[in-house]
Amino acid sequence: MADKGIEVCTIDRQEALSSDVYSMWIKSSSMAERAKPGQFLSLYSNDHSRLMPRPISICETDKENGLLRLVYRVLGTGTEEFSHLKAGETLSIMGPLGNGFPLKEKKAFLIGGGIGIPPMLELAKNLTGEKDIILGYRDETFLEDDLSQYGKVIIATEDGSKGTKGNVIDAIEEQGVTADLIYACGPTPMLRAIKAYAEEHQIECYLSLEERMACGVGACLACVCKSKEVDHHTHVHNKRICKDGPVFLSTEVEL
Amino acid sequence: MINTKVNIAGVELKNPVVTASGTFGSGEEYSEFVDLSKLGGVVTKGVANVPWEGNETPRIAETASGMLNAIGLQNPGMEVFCNRDLPFLEAYDTKVIVNVCGRTTKDYCEVVERLSDEKVDLLEINISCPNVKEGGIAFGVDPKAVLEITKEVKRVAKQPVIMKLSPNVTDIAEMAKAAVAGGADALSLINTLTGMKIDIQKQTFALANKTGGLSGPAVKPIAVRMVYQVAQAVSVPIIGMGGIETASDALEFMMAGATAVSVGTANFYHPTATLDVITGIESYLKKYKIDDITDLIGCVK
Repeated sequence: MADKGIEVCTIDRQEALSSDVYSMWIKSSSMAERAKPGQFLSLYSNDHSRLMPRPISICETDKENGLLRLVYRVLGTGTEEFSHLKAGETLSIMGPLGNGFPLKEKKAFLIGGGIGIPPMLELAKNLTGEKDIILGYRDETFLEDDLSQYGKVIIATEDGSKGTKGNVIDAIEEQGVTADLIYACGPTPMLRAIKAYAEEHQIECYLSLEERMACGVGACLACVCKSKEVDHHTHVHNKRICKDGPVFLSTEVEL
Repeated sequence: MINTKVNIAGVELKNPVVTASGTFGSGEEYSEFVDLSKLGGVVTKGVANVPWEGNETPRIAETASGMLNAIGLQNPGMEVFCNRDLPFLEAYDTKVIVNVCGRTTKDYCEVVERLSDEKVDLLEINISCPNVKEGGIAFGVDPKAVLEITKEVKRVAKQPVIMKLSPNVTDIAEMAKAAVAGGADALSLINTLTGMKIDIQKQTFALANKTGGLSGPAVKPIAVRMVYQVAQAVSVPIIGMGGIETASDALEFMMAGATAVSVGTANFYHPTATLDVITGIESYLKKYKIDDITDLIGCVK
């Protein structure tokens, strides 16, 4: 009872990975201890005119040193504020939230698109089976070297500046790789294509979804997605991304 | 011994702090953050006669010191609510205030009748949701409609009835008088203010519903003003709300005329806001040597 809540965390270090993608390590041994791959943290702005949390996926955890790594893109005023935080400064954070990826030992694809790539790193570290890591970027790449330590990395860029010119499905087809299990996180059009690919090839597939959130704990019903079956909370067809997800079996949801 | 108890239509709350409908689920969602037994009451998410899917996403957008929401009253309907959510709340020593929504007068009455034999202390009738096409606010912006629906609900209600008023009107005191004329035992105000945000990157509306209800600290001065106006116009107890996040905010509402206060949007960014408001009020009473919190209600004339 009442032992959970918002923790004021200190920034351990922060660096830019590309023109608008930042990597921030925060200190919290309790959150690092509990975090599972695919979970996220709700970050609250230090500017009180911005009330809503920014849900950001956990990129890596270092349980030994009580650290968590967040890799995020500056998209608005909130993330812009976070990008200026320096070591020693603080941020109010709630988490880890959500369910995370189920860890299975099958030949897997880990597919990340854009700012959906970061959670694939902690997942890759925790999967012992054979895996191909497929990364889709618009142009600038990031986290490529971190991920290549854990499996074969295949890259697709929209502008063709690196790897396959096109999207992650184009890269999979060009390389002729296959898998028995898919984990994916990225923009909805990409997830929609992966869902169709997985269902066509009858591959078990887990998708991590994103939506604007207010509470992060399943109460406000802002971040719902359409579900195939009746959901257990409202008994309609809306699963809560923050609480029932963010990771769903592809056949559970409609995108 | 300082008295923090307040009375809403014959129901005694251990303190004046309750939750605002739609911001606290059915209570269960926040029970890991807040000991519900410490609250004056839990006001549940709106309950309809049947499950409601709610609106398309995006359902929320941030604004300066506030937020817009257009959830669309997603709820599991009265059967699931009575069989799952009410028994959960029964385990806590707090008052249960059920927010009721509907599309038609008949819908509202059906829920109110279904709740009549349940362990529910008060009913809060939502005639002010700006985010549903039928029902909701359609009843809340016309004094004749407010009078009529209040009468119909009162006819079937076994528990005292609180009518929740909309701020999206020219004269809220007129709506308050209509509700009281219809038999309302108490009033709660304000619901959210209709607003809009445009996403300039996508060149479209930030909310799928186009408009949404504005809440949060940004609306507080409007809410305090409306509570004051209503308190001058009617004598039934008022539950005041709109941007409350601290004890100071809550005290403003009480001094303007509210008997109790609801903490809403603040729950989202400060899950223990209700508890902090309660302890903050206690500290204020001690500091100013006030023995009875009810002395503060409407003390500003």
